[in-house]
Amino acid sequence: MSVATITVPTVSHTPASAGDLTKKISIRDLDFFYGDHRALRSINVTLYQGKVTAFIGPSGCGKSTLLRILNRMYDLYPNQRAAGHVRLDNDDILAPSQDLNLLRAKVGMVFQKPTPFPMTIYENIAFGIRLYERLPKAELDDRVRRALERAALWDEVKDKLGANGLSLSGGQQQRLCIARTVAVQPEVILFDEPCSALDPISTAKIEELMDELKDDYTIAIVTHNMQQAARVSDFTAFMYLGELVEFGETTRIFTNPKDRRTQDYITGRFG
Amino acid sequence: MALYETRRRRNAAAVTMSVGATLFGLTWLVVILGVLLWKGFSGLSLDVFTHMTPPPGAAGGLLNPIVGSLVLTFIAVAIGTPLGILAGTYMAEYGRYDRLTTVVRFINDILLSAPSIVVGLFVYEIMVARMGHFSGWAGAVSLAVIVVPVVVRTTEDMLTLVPDTLREAAASIGLPRSLMIRKIAYRAAQAGMVTGVLLAVARISGETAPLLFTALNNQFWSLDLNAPVASLPVVIFQFALSPYKDWQDLAWTGALIITLAVLALSIVARTLAAQGKSS
Repeated sequence: MSVATITVPTVSHTPASAGDLTKKISIRDLDFFYGDHRALRSINVTLYQGKVTAFIGPSGCGKSTLLRILNRMYDLYPNQRAAGHVRLDNDDILAPSQDLNLLRAKVGMVFQKPTPFPMTIYENIAFGIRLYERLPKAELDDRVRRALERAALWDEVKDKLGANGLSLSGGQQQRLCIARTVAVQPEVILFDEPCSALDPISTAKIEELMDELKDDYTIAIVTHNMQQAARVSDFTAFMYLGELVEFGETTRIFTNPKDRRTQDYITGRFG
Repeated sequence: MALYETRRRRNAAAVTMSVGATLFGLTWLVVILGVLLWKGFSGLSLDVFTHMTPPPGAAGGLLNPIVGSLVLTFIAVAIGTPLGILAGTYMAEYGRYDRLTTVVRFINDILLSAPSIVVGLFVYEIMVARMGHFSGWAGAVSLAVIVVPVVVRTTEDMLTLVPDTLREAAASIGLPRSLMIRKIAYRAAQAGMVTGVLLAVARISGETAPLLFTALNNQFWSLDLNAPVASLPVVIFQFALSPYKDWQDLAWTGALIITLAVLALSIVARTLAAQGKSS
């Protein structure tokens, strides 16, 4: 039963002292409903600026639901409702007056399945940029290039920017989606199981990428893969049955969980 | 082993029956096409495309009904396609979860299978009777009424096939819904939607009943849409029923022309649809 028996993958992140953390998104007493079904119960958690926060937990625990509140993605569907307080800096995300398009420009999202738009690789990136800025061609080219470099895809696609985005491999498509998200210059990026459809090499590339991206962005990732959570995140939140059971620095959660359920989950006793 | 043998025999019986049914259906299709080619091909000449419909006993062609059909079809598609695409877009994108969409879909399905003669009578009542004369406009409108439900249906179906993940991805970079529909969803559903319009064209190009009550027919060259306009199906109907041999031959040729045109459209539609799937 001792927790010490779990093999924890190398966690290279230096534990951040509480002093140098800036709150980016704070979630207070958040409930979420699918119709009458209460899928989230009084969630309290904070995403810190420039840090990666991982959400782990068994299927159906509400981690994706939580992520989709942060950019109000649930608003696309009827009968879904959030109640509570979610603030991005000082902006109330849940406010009815919230401009969803501007919110989503600030809070980008990468999905489980790669979702390139049905257009060329170049257009996939340029499309988002053009939504917000009118740039001369040369500058736009430069921005597209930087976004693709940022997503570690440039070298693989620089000679075929005119090819359809759907012609890329799954891992490349996912990096294209990351580039598309980065190109819009968000402040927060949400990753919803970004590697679950990818092979190990593509997964490693995307994990590396996340490590680089966190210098500029606040990152939240939902993952089923506990090793991945341990590898990429600074903070980990364990969720179970719609509740947030435990939240803390990743090193601590994986070595010294306080709650029995967290311990059982990370040691693979249920899932 | 006995179970396995029984299953094999059942399978053989089922395969035999389905192959038989397919052959039965195909046979009639081949016979129809064969007769059409046999009877119609001999009359196919340049004159058919350059001369007007003749009086009985004289030489002539099908120029006025061919042009009439093209004009009526073009106007019908020009009226029906935007209506159909907009309605289909509302149903698949804006109002997907609305009760109104369910009602519209139900009514659209009824319209889709409504006998075309009813459509003809309806347009006769609201246009021909009021205007006091048959007209090309009335013919085009009655064909448009047939185009709309086909386009509504295919547009809605094709847009519904566009995965929600793509919509979410578009929303995730802050794309407003109207832009998402125009730039992403239409592009993803393009091939299917074009196929729908082509199928609608194929459907109306053979319609006779609605035109009998609306555009009627015209023995002479006329592009005046306020007057009766000739069309291939109505000319075929009239000539085929006539006692004159040369009119009957022209009817066969007209039927062949329509069939080949529809066949060509179907092939284009299929090719487009196949391309849409592979891209």
